Amino acid sequence: MLKYLIEKEFKAIMRNKFLPKLILVFPVMMMLLMPWAANLDIKDIKVAVVDNDRSQLSTGLVNKINSSTYFIVERYAKSYNDAKTMVQNGEVDIILEIPENYEKDQVREKNAKVNISVNAVNGTRGAMGGAYLSNIISEFFSGRNVSGQTALINVATQTRYNPTMDYKKFMVPALMTMLLTLLCGFLPALNIVSEKEAGTIEQINVTPIPKFTFIFSKLIPYWIIGFIVLTIVILLAKIIYGVSPVGSLATFYLLASVFVLVVSGLGLVISNYSNTMQQAMFVMFFFMLIMIMMAGLFTPVDSMPEWAQLIAGINPMRYFIEIMRMLYLKGSGLSDLTRQITALALFAAAFNLWAIISYRKKN
Amino acid sequence: MTGKFSDRERVIVVSELTKKFGNFTAVDKISFDVYKGEIFGFLGANGAGKTTAMRMLCALSIPTSGTALVANHDTMRESDKVKSNIGYMSQKFSLYEDLKVWENFRLFGGIYGMNDREITEKSNLMLDELGFMSEKNTLVKALPLGWKQKLAFSVAIFHKPKVVFLDEPTGGVDPSTRRQFWELIYKAAHEGITVFVTTHYMDEAEYCDRVSVMVDGRIDALDTPYNLKKEFKVEGMEGVFLKLARGANRKEI
Repeated sequence: MLKYLIEKEFKAIMRNKFLPKLILVFPVMMMLLMPWAANLDIKDIKVAVVDNDRSQLSTGLVNKINSSTYFIVERYAKSYNDAKTMVQNGEVDIILEIPENYEKDQVREKNAKVNISVNAVNGTRGAMGGAYLSNIISEFFSGRNVSGQTALINVATQTRYNPTMDYKKFMVPALMTMLLTLLCGFLPALNIVSEKEAGTIEQINVTPIPKFTFIFSKLIPYWIIGFIVLTIVILLAKIIYGVSPVGSLATFYLLASVFVLVVSGLGLVISNYSNTMQQAMFVMFFFMLIMIMMAGLFTPVDSMPEWAQLIAGINPMRYFIEIMRMLYLKGSGLSDLTRQITALALFAAAFNLWAIISYRKKN
Repeated sequence: MTGKFSDRERVIVVSELTKKFGNFTAVDKISFDVYKGEIFGFLGANGAGKTTAMRMLCALSIPTSGTALVANHDTMRESDKVKSNIGYMSQKFSLYEDLKVWENFRLFGGIYGMNDREITEKSNLMLDELGFMSEKNTLVKALPLGWKQKLAFSVAIFHKPKVVFLDEPTGGVDPSTRRQFWELIYKAAHEGITVFVTTHYMDEAEYCDRVSVMVDGRIDALDTPYNLKKEFKVEGMEGVFLKLARGANRKEI
């Protein structure tokens, strides 16, 4: 019985004018474009320099800043107010003001200060830019060892698992999660309700088909689509970004398949309760957005307020992103991931059981 | 009085079947029997409760009270057994439009537990009888309405059910197609399938072995077309229907 139903689901998907293209093109687009667009690196921040000192030291400092890829010394301003006008006109992002007698004070008192003003309209760019700039300045001084007397503390940071701090390595597993969620969550959410709209569900409901079989036949196609999508993105990640999972590929597929069951199960539950495709779509959007925001995809869960962390605790996506990052970057094995696997398995069981129960053959 | 089938096995036994939606009583304590091999016409104005009653018999809708036995199984307690023994053709065309003609046979044959060989043989046989072999590989959405309805009927009786429920099967098709459709119904009845059919066409009511007329959720008349006409002293079934429907209080929903 199941065979015929699954066969039918595949024919319906393949004969749809739009779906097969979506399933192939969506992952490719996502992998080709998103890692560049979702750029968390800050580059080419424009700096206006107000150099009131015009000494060897101040010139050296400005050159040092200009030579970094993060900053372009765009303008030299006569006064701080001039520079401020430039910020207001959007010509520069940061003002670096070097006071008079900077070199002298630096040599004599060792506590001369520069003034950094940041345009924080774009919060990330401002905050990151300010932090980078102070880093470069302290680096400049530690390199010169101007003081010559006090021993400087050298902080050596070692970045593990993503040594070059490449944001693409960090984003690729997150994007994979998004893709699986979108395709394997939305498509099932629209599936049963589309049968309700077409009236075909009536012809199914009048047959002795068990609820379990019906739900199972709806689940399997998206499970397989999940595998196809996953394979595409793994290959693309490898070819384009040279990112491949450090952990075992088998583990990766196994856990991804559990995750697909979770999101497809959720989709089917929503589909069962919806009367129209619009309704299903919006309800799914609602859950999807919360899941994405609370998953630690963009902001770490640990820095959320406590109540938000509680919500994140019941967010299946959060566990999967942890798994993805640990597998992709750290190479963790199954034994390191027991907590996340247990959580995902419970979600998968709960959602699909709910989907079976909420599918009504009678009213 | 109940006609030529009364000595036969009862396939549908309905007693005091009621369905309420809130304060509204869609079906009000109806009781009747349908015999094996009979063509049973289920008449009534729009909103009289025909479809609701039929959906309860198909175990698609849960009755508020009363019982119905279909093919010797209780529609409430043994709904899956009921469903294995019935075919159903809904008012709205509900086969898969993006499947081909043979694929719809295959899907529903498979759901009712037939194997590949049985399905192939049976669907070829049916398509042949329908003169529909040339359309075997046509997508259902490309068929004209009349053919869609014949196909829906064929799918409904594909697994040889004991009873087939037809909800206004000839709505919106031309007279000649309706005629062909009724030939299919006769053939199915001849093969021993009990036919339970709702219709708005009074000429079709004349084709039935027995006819019931529903008014405001109740069955106000049930007999052979001949007896009904005699009882109401009218020429055709239309007269019977109008006399009964005149007593209706319920507005169309």
